[in-house]
Amino acid sequence: MTEQATSLPLFPALASRLMQPLPLFPLRLAAQKVVDSLAARHPGLFARLGDQASKTFLLDPTDLPFAFILRPRPDKPAIDVVKRGEAVAWEAHIAGPFAALLGMLHGTMDGDALFFSRDIIIEGDTEAVLALRNALDDAEIDLLGEITASLGPLGPWLEKPLRSLTPVAERLTGVALTRARAEPSDA
Amino acid sequence: MLELVCPAGTPAALRTAVDAGAHAIYCGFADETNARNFPGLNFSRDELKSGIAHAQARGARVLVAINTFPRAGEPGLWHRAIDDAARLGAHAVILADIGLLAYAAEKHPALRRHLSVQAAASNADAINFYVHEFGVKRVVLPRVLSVEEIATINRDISCETEVFVFGGLCVMAEGRCSLSSYATGKSPNMNGACSPASHVVYKQEGDGLAARLGDFTIQRVGKGEAAPYPTLCKGCFSAGDYEGHVFEDPVSLDAAQLIPRLAEAGVTALKIEGRQRSRAYTEAVVRAFRAAVDAHARGLPIPAGVLQNLTEGQRSTAGAYKKSWR
Repeated sequence: MTEQATSLPLFPALASRLMQPLPLFPLRLAAQKVVDSLAARHPGLFARLGDQASKTFLLDPTDLPFAFILRPRPDKPAIDVVKRGEAVAWEAHIAGPFAALLGMLHGTMDGDALFFSRDIIIEGDTEAVLALRNALDDAEIDLLGEITASLGPLGPWLEKPLRSLTPVAERLTGVALTRARAEPSDA
Repeated sequence: MLELVCPAGTPAALRTAVDAGAHAIYCGFADETNARNFPGLNFSRDELKSGIAHAQARGARVLVAINTFPRAGEPGLWHRAIDDAARLGAHAVILADIGLLAYAAEKHPALRRHLSVQAAASNADAINFYVHEFGVKRVVLPRVLSVEEIATINRDISCETEVFVFGGLCVMAEGRCSLSSYATGKSPNMNGACSPASHVVYKQEGDGLAARLGDFTIQRVGKGEAAPYPTLCKGCFSAGDYEGHVFEDPVSLDAAQLIPRLAEAGVTALKIEGRQRSRAYTEAVVRAFRAAVDAHARGLPIPAGVLQNLTEGQRSTAGAYKKSWR
């Protein structure tokens, strides 16, 4: 990852360009599998979303060549992956560097601070954006845990070695790759 | 030691606040009974029960904010909130409405009653009225008082005082602001949401950004400027020859350096605003203020501020505590 004026790490532009022609089908399959697993492991997320679960969200990592369309329906949550610039219908749009979106998901970055500093953009249905932000914040999601959980019996075998690598990867990239875990105050 | 009272909009934020060193956590039910009635926020009854157990197991207390004003003829929702807070073992309820204070005093005399900032009790006579009539044990002071005024009040009252030390400012006659109601038809003081998200729209205009509340454009900013805050009180308007923030600047309170003076003024508890913020905010702000409170208790200097990026408008002020405009 490289540093730019925003002070947030950005996904390397060259890598992003190289990813552009790749087919999205494998990523779609993987993303849907993670969302299915996430929904099963965090049912409270939908209760917190309430009526806003009927909305369609465009989650847009601006330094990647693709974006995600999330439809968080309690009975059948769905996620799609679309090429950047592809015309899609959405009701709520959250855009920003991948590191910012991951930071919010993992509880290491504050969404309001990112928004007021203009590091992220929100458009459309503000109520839906807030509900999703608050529901995800409460769910204490750990993307690495969700990914390995979605791999079935293989997951536990992969999780330990991957977790041992993440501190190094986080130091190198400056990106929160796992959930923030607060240490109890010693006071 | 000064008590640190910290916000929690979700059960995860409550656990985060406890781990970061909060002495007490305030939160509310997911309905109109509290003044942070935002989508995806707040607690169900079961979540509050678990949150209280989590906090108590670690020596922290949970205060339940039931600090909006019941609509005429519909007090049931608010009464149930008080009954449930008592039943679930809350340390105290934070109330603003005198009808609710009377209800809590009569039905749950053993439950501590704190007077919300929404009651706008800003002098000793008003506070003593609440103490004598409703047995209020603590008053959260409005954010319009200087440290000297707080010291004067504390000399003349018989209850504890709690003051805000960090977070968003609301310096109108608190609990009686109609700006958001005018623009949206929803009352912050009765429906529990100032500038409800359902009425807020941000629109990208090239490199610029416009914020709207209801039918009103609150502010437009250019490239590189902080995003506008979505409340009318912090918007930009033209008034005569003046163009700018007519009511108040979009800055956050940060009174960390005033902690020794607030302690000398007789304050019991320090409050952090921000139930609508993330657990990243909760973790950073609570940990910083716990370090400040501990430093004060040990007679050490208050550590320098590190929370600028978490303030509204990315700027901070000591607010009315150090009145420079009089």
